[in-house]
Amino acid sequence: MAEIKLEAIRKSYGRTEVIHGIDAEISDGEFIVIVGPSGCGKSTLLRMVAGLETITSGDIHIGDRVVNKLEPRERDIAMVFQNYALYPHMSVFDNMAYGLKIANVPKAEIQARVAEAARMLELEPYLDRKPRQLSGGQRQRVAMGRAIVRKPAVFLFDEPLSNLDAKLRVQMRLEIKALQRKLGVTALYVTHDQVEAMTLADRMIVMNGGVAEQIGAPLDVYANPATLFVAGFIGSPPMNVLSHDIRPGRGALDPGAVIGVRPEHIDLVAPGAGLIDFDVAFCEPLGAETLVHGVTAAGDKLVVRIDGEVKLPADGTRIGLSIDPARILTFDASGRRTET
Amino acid sequence: MEKRVVFDNRWLPYLLLAPQLLVTFVFFFWPAGQAIYQSAFIPDPFGLKTQFVGLGNFEYLFGNRYYRESFLTTAVFSVLVTVSAMSFALWLAVLADRVIKGSSAYRTLLIWPYAVAPAIAGVLWLFMFNPFTGIIAWMLAQLGYTWNHTLDGGQAMALVVAASAWKQISYNFLFFLAGLQAIPKSVIEAAAIDGASFWRRFRTIVFPLLSPTTFFLLVVNIIYAFFDTFGVIHTITKGGPEQSTTILVYKVFSDGFVGQDLGSSAAQSVILLGLVGILTVVQFRYIERRVHY
Repeated sequence: MAEIKLEAIRKSYGRTEVIHGIDAEISDGEFIVIVGPSGCGKSTLLRMVAGLETITSGDIHIGDRVVNKLEPRERDIAMVFQNYALYPHMSVFDNMAYGLKIANVPKAEIQARVAEAARMLELEPYLDRKPRQLSGGQRQRVAMGRAIVRKPAVFLFDEPLSNLDAKLRVQMRLEIKALQRKLGVTALYVTHDQVEAMTLADRMIVMNGGVAEQIGAPLDVYANPATLFVAGFIGSPPMNVLSHDIRPGRGALDPGAVIGVRPEHIDLVAPGAGLIDFDVAFCEPLGAETLVHGVTAAGDKLVVRIDGEVKLPADGTRIGLSIDPARILTFDASGRRTET
Repeated sequence: MEKRVVFDNRWLPYLLLAPQLLVTFVFFFWPAGQAIYQSAFIPDPFGLKTQFVGLGNFEYLFGNRYYRESFLTTAVFSVLVTVSAMSFALWLAVLADRVIKGSSAYRTLLIWPYAVAPAIAGVLWLFMFNPFTGIIAWMLAQLGYTWNHTLDGGQAMALVVAASAWKQISYNFLFFLAGLQAIPKSVIEAAAIDGASFWRRFRTIVFPLLSPTTFFLLVVNIIYAFFDTFGVIHTITKGGPEQSTTILVYKVFSDGFVGQDLGSSAAQSVILLGLVGILTVVQFRYIERRVHY
């Protein structure tokens, strides 16, 4: 168990800098999710913590050690890979026992630790099988088992659920969360899926273009996005962005500035009765909720989230939108949040 | 479900198979049949008529000291060629796999020797090791080591093994490199995180995952050492000195075409054919079991 501290981490490949200085402090037992679109440098950051990529500048602390120059095996970490990276020629038991054998753990203890992990992950009937004889979910569990038998100080997850089907993904997500809570091991988890990030994280690091745009608890990040990118990336459907200030008594926005409002913070009212009117383009009924897509007179596209039991407005009708002005966020031309 | 093609015309399938069957027949079954037939005869000294001797040729061969020694020579030669060609190629492939800059240049250069014909390869090595004018022989002389493979059987063997292995390394390298690159990088990384050192990763992860390639190359290399090395031996040592580099296939040639004993030569071909057949079956039955596909 350990804290992790990242200090001004940078990574360059030749002259191209891909990570532009990231600082973060992760406390012991915390579940941190690094989330961002593909190519944002999140996997590279994780691999730097793992020791699979060199660090161009900055320091990584795990516990009370600076690990920059240490080999992966000296860092007291375990990693779960996107493609599981199981050893195809070894049985499930041997896959899990491999690290312990290398560490010269006594045979009896290897048996006991693998058996315990297998019990926890419901892998007991499969210990003699080869990875190719297992389903995707089972392989995922073996990869988890391999990580937990070693009792590392830190778990690293590199998009571990992206190869599973949607239903299994939800199930494994819950299992990972429960397991991490139970073991109390610090975890760093990389994903591009904002739902995974929201549900798993104690705190999340939202990355874009090699920069940590925001670090915070999921609900804080959702309610108070620091940048326009975070506002658009976290939340589905994303925050609505309007190029005209619709709040009463306000002048025009600065050039390039925009306002944002979450789809669920808009109510449908009679035309003219709200802050602004929009023409319904189409509706997406999802059962529990309905997404109403439309365009304002000024040409801004908007999505409104309404209760699924409300009668759907017909396509092409004009509807008023009621918005609490306090819910409206403003962003300057560089995408940074400004205080109203 | 098995997919079956049904031909309306009953002659078409045979027609389509004919070219392959023809090639196999003309270049394998017919000569093999001829060899078996001829192995039962001995020609007279002038090659005018032949006499049926049954299994006499075989009987004579197994009673012949030179022939029995040729078996041993072949065993030593093919083991040395196979082991050195494969291990050296694996070593080069592991190194080339780790190279990041200019890897394609290395690869191309390492593949070149394969394009050299066996006889030319033999001559190249012969020039370098010529006891009187060869540069390496001269260098060895400077170091106080006398090189003369035309007199020393051990040196002759070392030279033909080196030349034969050198030619085969490129081929093995190519397959080993492809095999190494087919191993997912993340598996190696997982092993590194699990605490395995480079050597341990190689021994417990890389080498087992490479075993299908290794097995394939083992079969190919043994067959290479048995047959395709003829050109190298013919140009460098002609089987000498004192038959110390006369492997079975070379003896087939020298007894048949130099010694003009076609019956014995044919009998030796038959034995060689059987031997390689048995070797290949043994490899598939006993070694393949240890291969992880």
